[in-house]
Amino acid sequence: MTSVVATNQTILVVGGGISGMTAALEAAETGKQVVLVEKNPYLGGRTVQLYRYFPKMCHPTCGLEINLRRLKANPRIQVLTMAEVTGITGDKGAYNISVKLKPRYVNENCTACGECGKAVKTEIDDAFNYNLGKIKAAYLPSSMAFPQRYVIDASIVGGACGAAAKAACKYGAVDLDMQEETVTLNAGAIVWATGWQPYDASKIVYYGYGRFKNVISNVEFERLADPHGPTGGKILRPSDGKEARNVAFIQCAGSRDENHLRHCSRFCCMGSLKQTHYVQEAFGDAGKSTIYYIDIRAIDRFEDFYQKVKANPNVNFVKSKVARITEDKDGNPVCNGVNVEGYKRYAQAHDLVVLALGMEPSVKGVQIPAEVMSDSSGFIMADPANAGIFGAGCATNALDVNRAVQSATAAALRAIQVVNKVARAEA
Amino acid sequence: MSDMNTQMADRYKNNFLKEIEEQAEMGEWVKMCMQCGLCSGSCPTNFHTGWDHPPQEIFMLIRAGKREEVLNAQGMYMCTSCYNCYVRCPRKVPVTHVMHGIAEYAYRIGRAPKNQPSMHLSKTFWTNATKNGRVNEVQLTQSLYFKDGIGAGIKKAMEMQSVALGLVKAGRLNLLEAVGIAHKCKDVKGIHAMLAKAEELEAKNKAAKAGTTGKE
Repeated sequence: MTSVVATNQTILVVGGGISGMTAALEAAETGKQVVLVEKNPYLGGRTVQLYRYFPKMCHPTCGLEINLRRLKANPRIQVLTMAEVTGITGDKGAYNISVKLKPRYVNENCTACGECGKAVKTEIDDAFNYNLGKIKAAYLPSSMAFPQRYVIDASIVGGACGAAAKAACKYGAVDLDMQEETVTLNAGAIVWATGWQPYDASKIVYYGYGRFKNVISNVEFERLADPHGPTGGKILRPSDGKEARNVAFIQCAGSRDENHLRHCSRFCCMGSLKQTHYVQEAFGDAGKSTIYYIDIRAIDRFEDFYQKVKANPNVNFVKSKVARITEDKDGNPVCNGVNVEGYKRYAQAHDLVVLALGMEPSVKGVQIPAEVMSDSSGFIMADPANAGIFGAGCATNALDVNRAVQSATAAALRAIQVVNKVARAEA
Repeated sequence: MSDMNTQMADRYKNNFLKEIEEQAEMGEWVKMCMQCGLCSGSCPTNFHTGWDHPPQEIFMLIRAGKREEVLNAQGMYMCTSCYNCYVRCPRKVPVTHVMHGIAEYAYRIGRAPKNQPSMHLSKTFWTNATKNGRVNEVQLTQSLYFKDGIGAGIKKAMEMQSVALGLVKAGRLNLLEAVGIAHKCKDVKGIHAMLAKAEELEAKNKAAKAGTTGKE
């Protein structure tokens, strides 16, 4: 059984992405007891799935490394991975929370040596790489996964592959008898940081995502560019593995659309501008990018970044929302539409189309097992009547990493105030 | 009717957007357009030569006060009411209805082109359908076939002969409709009374908008 030490002065952080980690660390570093609950087998959320950050084009591994070091050094944070909050009862200062823990089938003896992975034959979809490839059913989610422990997929437990994994482990780390369990814990305040998910691209029917292999999403493109990704960092298109030297980016794929996401997702313009750098870096002057846009919203202080990309002769900007994607006889996706500057019809073939998908909350307001107020997109809103649960990061709004961290720090401060009050009352 | 045109031009002087908003049906949606171009790209008639200005360009021309360009445009008459633009518009602008609203307004102030085919169809269909409360298909097709003269009409009719015969055999077409013996709705008088009332209300409404009568 997993034991959790938690009192009414504990802060529960739901979600272990960049926002949740930040909120947990900020609170713990002021001396508070924190329980951090994460659904995936690893921390870092969608941030670890990025190749690079804008605007400095640095690698997320760097910032995460610092956070993980802070986490390891802090005895006040208890991390529960493969865990989901299933119920919240009580009120500010005295919440009672139930958490469902899925079995990892690997205990803390694991040294991440990889022998179980070699022994297992079965392959499963590589969720970390947005199912762009396959991985063994005994796997380390990513090279910098925390906790640095393998996971055995439930599908091989009870089969020959499961037994092979157990036999291969020299440290007695594989435990196929692990069961799903539910733990209950107390907390005085809750930080809800369940983050975001890309909008379901197949709902934008006229872009043919799912029908055309060479129409992919912006998050998938991050994985293609990443050396740890399924192509080893080569930008190869899915249909035939050809180098994608002529890449189209379609902005507002889902965002700013009453039929899809009502809000501007804010990060996708910068995301695509950033991704033109990947094309330029991979192919030099032979790499061409085309950005189809309604208007470029380089939020905050990023106008400068936009101007630099605009000055690159290998990046073409077309002011038009693409109306339809078709495929030519060579399997190239063709963007069809009418250019707003001149109102001319175009049908432009590219090697690869990247949809700059918008952001929606991965857990919408109504799905949270507690009374929280949320807007029409499902993002958590501040609610004076509910003073013990605070949204952080992309659960509250469409944010980039920088703003998510700010939001998380703010949420941590609010949670600290609640538990401080509890502490005074109990003293 | 051209008086009406000058009258409106004078009344709204340099504010064509306001003119469209107040006078054309659904015109108030024009300002909601964000110029993304999804409507034009989705339009099935956008390859047509008559398609001089696509919808979002018409919206922009209206907002730029280009009255002559818009009223001389052909784009809005080309609409086939497929509703692709309407269902896809990210701002939920009823593009189809706005196009029809502008076309109707242009017609009302006497600026619609003469013998515009889709306008001819609309008028013919309306007269035909309202007469008996049901469409007289034979007379409707006749009037459309013979629109460009007797020779062209006969040629077209010969082309469609087998289709017509098939319809007759299947009991879907009554040739007696040609001489006016057509199927009617049960209460023709009721329909006429209803349409007359609707026309009266609409005329009052439009007159109020035009500022000629009904103004307090």
